[in-house]
Amino acid sequence: MQFPILSVLVLLPIVSGVLLFFFPSDRKKLIYRFALAVAFIAFLLSLAVYLSFDPGGERYQFVEHYEWLPALGISYYVAVDGISAPLVLLTGIVMFTGVIISHGIDDRPREFFAFLFILATGVFGVFVSLDMFALFFFYEIAVFPMYLLIALWGWKVTREYAAMKLTLYLFIGSVVALVGALAMYFTSGLHTFNMLELEQAGFSTAFQQLWFPFVFLGFAVLGGIFPFHNWSPDGHVAAPTAVSMFHAGVLMKLGAFAALRVGIMLLPEGAKFHLPWMILLTLVNVVYGAFIAMVQKDFKYVIGFSSVSHMGLVIMGFATLNFNGFLGAGVQMFSHGVMTALFFAVVGMVYDQAHTRQIPELGGFAKVMPIAAVAFIIGGLVSMGMPGFSGFIAEFPIFMGVWRTHPWIAIVAAISIVVTASYILRVVGQVFFGELPEQFVGHTRDIKVLEKVALGLLCLAMIGVGLFPSVMVPVVESGVQHVLSLLGGA
Amino acid sequence: MDFFSDKLLSLILFTPAVAALLILLLPKDNKRLTRWVALVASLIPFALALVVWFNFDGAPVEFGFRFREQYTWYAAINATFHVGVDGLSLTMVLLTTLLTPIAVLASFNVEENVKAYMALFLLLETGMLGVFLALDLLLFFVFWEIGLVPMYFLINRWGSEKGERELWKGIKVKARTYASFKFMIYTMAGSLGLLLAIQMLGVVSGTFDIPTLFERWTGLEGTLFGLPVNTVKTVAFWAFVVAFAIKVPVWPFHTWLPDAHTEAPTAGSMILAGVLLKLGAYGFLRLVLPLYPDQARAGAGVLAFLATMAIIFGAFSAYGQKDFKRLVAYSSVNHMGFVVLGIAAAAYAVGTTNAESATIALNGAVLQMFNHGLSSAGMFFLVGVIYERTHTRDLEEMGGLFPLVPVYGGILIFTSMASLGLPGLNGFVSEFLVVRGAWPIFTVYTALSMLGLLFTGAYVLKGIAKTLQGPLNERWRGELAEINRREVIVMAPLMALMLWLGVWPAWLLGVINRAMLALFG
Repeated sequence: MQFPILSVLVLLPIVSGVLLFFFPSDRKKLIYRFALAVAFIAFLLSLAVYLSFDPGGERYQFVEHYEWLPALGISYYVAVDGISAPLVLLTGIVMFTGVIISHGIDDRPREFFAFLFILATGVFGVFVSLDMFALFFFYEIAVFPMYLLIALWGWKVTREYAAMKLTLYLFIGSVVALVGALAMYFTSGLHTFNMLELEQAGFSTAFQQLWFPFVFLGFAVLGGIFPFHNWSPDGHVAAPTAVSMFHAGVLMKLGAFAALRVGIMLLPEGAKFHLPWMILLTLVNVVYGAFIAMVQKDFKYVIGFSSVSHMGLVIMGFATLNFNGFLGAGVQMFSHGVMTALFFAVVGMVYDQAHTRQIPELGGFAKVMPIAAVAFIIGGLVSMGMPGFSGFIAEFPIFMGVWRTHPWIAIVAAISIVVTASYILRVVGQVFFGELPEQFVGHTRDIKVLEKVALGLLCLAMIGVGLFPSVMVPVVESGVQHVLSLLGGA
Repeated sequence: MDFFSDKLLSLILFTPAVAALLILLLPKDNKRLTRWVALVASLIPFALALVVWFNFDGAPVEFGFRFREQYTWYAAINATFHVGVDGLSLTMVLLTTLLTPIAVLASFNVEENVKAYMALFLLLETGMLGVFLALDLLLFFVFWEIGLVPMYFLINRWGSEKGERELWKGIKVKARTYASFKFMIYTMAGSLGLLLAIQMLGVVSGTFDIPTLFERWTGLEGTLFGLPVNTVKTVAFWAFVVAFAIKVPVWPFHTWLPDAHTEAPTAGSMILAGVLLKLGAYGFLRLVLPLYPDQARAGAGVLAFLATMAIIFGAFSAYGQKDFKRLVAYSSVNHMGFVVLGIAAAAYAVGTTNAESATIALNGAVLQMFNHGLSSAGMFFLVGVIYERTHTRDLEEMGGLFPLVPVYGGILIFTSMASLGLPGLNGFVSEFLVVRGAWPIFTVYTALSMLGLLFTGAYVLKGIAKTLQGPLNERWRGELAEINRREVIVMAPLMALMLWLGVWPAWLLGVINRAMLALFG
């Protein structure tokens, strides 16, 4: 019996989170160190899973399958495939770097890290679940801590509003998806939530076309699809740094991934019917999101809307229903996850010093924190799709995929590239270069060593995939092949 | 040794990047060490390029290219790491690897953040070399875009200290910030069409391999995306043309150039004018003409018209400048106009009765690319030398400097004459070839561009007259240091080549000619 690495990975955070409650609440340093150690172990485990994944091997690897509630056809069924393996690694990276960045949490760190870890378990769980019920279960586990994390530790000005809006949006989205999922459960006649069996259930075309929008859009809400993206910018801005990193870096990928896993893979006929028009929604994401990012004055809102734009590309890739689109979407989920985690980390570092996020009030921070500035520039280049970085490796095939199906959409979507370049350059210039405003002179310090390590890790991931696509593309490719076979080799 | 000999091009390509990373590890305060490491590191690709040059004729030819290397890179979308040279790219590689050490030497007077500066410079070299060496369209695009980033920072961080421009709606920024931003966004926007067209080519042809595309893409028939193939090809053609036209630059897409060249640090301008502009022209020759021969023929008239406008208006604009550096910047528009005129003539006449003239025009265009690289790098450096001493680029502030700095004056006159196209120096040879080649094909445009040549003489002589001749501006008496040894060493190879190519150009023209005949004969 092989080492149940996926279960350990999924349960480690929540068990550690519960253990944290046994720590005395005033031993903040100890709590932080414990959280850091757990996050590091989770990162190593996720790395081990990713590196051991064999692109040429079984479709699903590290399989664990236990009965849970057999009367209802619910099982504990976990595995990774080519698409979820990079996402598991992404979660490990974001978890580790997110905890590093959270060294400054002074108010009830014990509770903070406990809730963060519950969130992490939910995220890992969704990525590895092959049982639809378990997937929903972990999904809800991932959403509810967001409310507490934002409402208690977020930005005082909007945290309650943002937390409420985010949670309501995501719960409603998941309820809509759940309705569709239950429809599948009851109609299949198989009395099982096992998704591999449901893939073969043979739902009628009419059934699939009816229920696909429920499931897909319900989950895509978490992916930030227009017009249901509204929770995201406010949620990003109000959340504390590590939570923003999780939110944009991983949670939004959760939505896209679930939309793929439960929507596209289980209802392929529905996908083929609806995605051709849904791609227009993603086009709005991509282009409109970029324009809105350009006019923001709050540093964090720029990044928030940039996420809306880039997630649009992921769902656009899905909507092409072809190899290139899925391949690019799979890489983009990883690439954007790392990039946006880096962005929010650096924004947090600047905010910690400046206590403002208004761009006109900032400036000259490259002299204060040069490594952070360079890291942000690298993230910016990834965001623009600059070749040599992972963003290009991801965006290029997505565009190729769009060319195959809707050439004019590719042409319009390309506008976002220039808009992204212009707002990135503007933000970099105004925040990091120029003059350090009077009030900050002498009151700022550089970032800590561990924070530099975190930024270094994030940059390494983006540059590594950018220069050597073969470290990720074959893995994603193997997962995409399976999706395509379900779609009938489209 | 074998390991190196069949990876020569990869070595040439990546040595600068590896050196850039090494430089980042050097101790921060030792500027001298950083400068010398950068200089030695930049001489390595030059030495290797010479090795390639001298072994060129004996090397086996595969798909029309020599020293070919191909490795898997992004297999999932059929893009490989594929590099190779022919006479055209080798000429450009030689220019790049020659100008970079010269520009590094010219940068020895940079005092701030020397490590970052040198690292960016070397990364820039890899970017430029990659464009010239790439035999895969995706790889071409990767290097095309990558080169923008170091240049953006070089202008933004080390560019002119003075000057202010309005970026948009009341936001005032330093002139160098404005220039770098405009450069980056303008070029990226232009490259969008190129990106889309490349994606489309890849999707339709199933490969990004350039030699393969030459056959597969040109051989396409029927309909694409529900439109006739020729319509799609025409759109893709213009997408490619716009991207390259911005880079060359072809009038009226040139407006980013005067600001970028003027505000860039001296060595940055040398490389910008010396090599980066040639990337656009190279794109025309390597990609546009072979992939879209019919569309190129149809569009050649427009291109020739724009080229003529560049020659004439570039010259007029240069003549009207008060800022010496901006004058030289516009001279680039003027000189590159001849390159485009030659390319347009060739696009129109290749394979027709005027094929011989087309080849002559192509020879002229490519030689002009090399020559302008030398002379513009030289001119920008000389402007930098005088700026170093006077802290002004205003021509009205100078005057009568010749007796104070005779050696500098002599060098300035020499280089200006090459820029002007004086027979006996390199500029004459290439401009003559372009005019001779384009005359039978586009007589009217060629005749008009000779009018432009008249004004070329005017602005060059204005530059010399305002700085060196006339009454001495008293504030410089005793204040002006003569050109120093390092600066002479920077100019010496350029001047030697300008003379050599002017008197006996065959050593380079032979290689160019054979390449042009092989590509378009």
